[in-house]
Amino acid sequence: MNATFHPLLRGLHWLMALLILSMLFIGVSMISDLSPRHSLLVNVHKLIGLALLVLVVVRIGVRVFVGSPALPGDLPSAQRWAAKASHLVLYGMMLAMPLLGWGMLSAGGYPLPLQLPALLPQDIRVYALLRQAHGWLAYLLFATVLLHLAAALVHGLIRRDGVLRSMWSGRVN
Amino acid sequence: MSTPLNSRARALRLTAIGLGVAALGAGFAFAAGWVGPDRLTPKRIVDTFEAQAGHYPGYRKNHAKGVCISGYFESSGQAAELSSARVFSQSKVPVIGRFAIGGANPHSADASVATRSLAVEFTSDDGQRWRSGMNTPPVLAVNTIEGFYEQVLAMTPVPATGKPDPARLQAFFAAHPESAAFRQWVKDYRPSDSFANSAYHSINAFRLIDAKGTVHYMRWKLQPLTPFDPLPAQVEDPNYLQNDLRQRLAEGPLRWNLLLTLAEPGDAVNDPSQPWPAQRRQVNAGTVVIEQVDAAEQGACRDLNFDPLILPTGIEPSADPILAARSAAYSESFNRRSREAAHSGVQP
Repeated sequence: MNATFHPLLRGLHWLMALLILSMLFIGVSMISDLSPRHSLLVNVHKLIGLALLVLVVVRIGVRVFVGSPALPGDLPSAQRWAAKASHLVLYGMMLAMPLLGWGMLSAGGYPLPLQLPALLPQDIRVYALLRQAHGWLAYLLFATVLLHLAAALVHGLIRRDGVLRSMWSGRVN
Repeated sequence: MSTPLNSRARALRLTAIGLGVAALGAGFAFAAGWVGPDRLTPKRIVDTFEAQAGHYPGYRKNHAKGVCISGYFESSGQAAELSSARVFSQSKVPVIGRFAIGGANPHSADASVATRSLAVEFTSDDGQRWRSGMNTPPVLAVNTIEGFYEQVLAMTPVPATGKPDPARLQAFFAAHPESAAFRQWVKDYRPSDSFANSAYHSINAFRLIDAKGTVHYMRWKLQPLTPFDPLPAQVEDPNYLQNDLRQRLAEGPLRWNLLLTLAEPGDAVNDPSQPWPAQRRQVNAGTVVIEQVDAAEQGACRDLNFDPLILPTGIEPSADPILAARSAAYSESFNRRSREAAHSGVQP
């Protein structure tokens, strides 16, 4: 097992980190926006969402194929468990969010970007469910991103154990 | 693992991490509008409709009372040189839609409301959709979303009369001189006796994009081919217009010409309160034929959001701020209605 993440995984991580943070901010601001920015943001949101779906599928493939560096041996088992669980949750949410978006637009009878096919038949009740799930999961994703960021900074600035560097620079000491 | 930090450095760094994460969280709360200046939001607009007219679960939050209809559009081909949208060249395009009366109360009497609307969705054979919500007035009283909100507030019914306070309305119009054309429309308005002989207007302007990429600003109207007859002075039936529509459609289809009015340089393309000069070129894009009205509380239109920004390639929105606000507010109405539908059923 390498001590750092594969360069492809590092690239995907930082690209997706930037896109996901943008998406969370765009999403939460567009729904309360009445200005002409609203439609621009909605269109951008749909396109970035689609891009993120493609990226997360590629990333899961690469991750399964090349693996990830081991956590430091001295990390307490509770933190070790939290690290693994939060990553699993993050991957799950990264996959679920664009699929919920695609599904809710399908169920709501909305046209899809790039003339994509509908994932589900039109049904206003299913739309209600998916639309609410998309919103709540976004808040949960943002909270998990904050936790993930805090944990990474603790590794990088307090413990200085190479965990942050394994994703940041790829160089080990 | 590096040398452990001394406790002071460790505390400083922990504080910095805490502050950084908190700042990101605060930025998110600001973007969401949970903190910061009070803003006019889609939620506030829809809340105000409900505060005034009452809460009617499952119904649209404005133009709440309506019926679903279906038919088709016969393109004349004349607009094909102005826009590459397939709908203008395909000979027969399926249409579903909805006739409604204005207002957020689904139990209003049909004859009691001046504004009527027709919402439509054209689905062309390239899979593209064009949705539109059209109203009987050709212009709005306002040209900003703040103005629209003030108008809604000025129209708050007084409990004693159930009607807006005339003094408050007058004060609103005095503060909004851009409402002159709308006031003139109200003054001249003679209600017809049917949805079938009413004209419906896009109100907002849109951009037609032709095959070469040239932009033509336009507004459109559906001009009825059914002759005008005035609404009787005394109407008893609260569902007068809906029943009239069923009766007429039982006898045969109803028709409207889709007339596109093209702007000239200097026309107010981003201001829905300003009419364009009467001599502007008009193009008859074809005929909308409505064949059928669906049973109450059913129909293909019921679960659709007639967002006027759902446009095919070849038609684009203008920069009219009201158009964007309509899209945002319709979406809020649709979300709310869908949640209510999950509990208590959907209404047309």
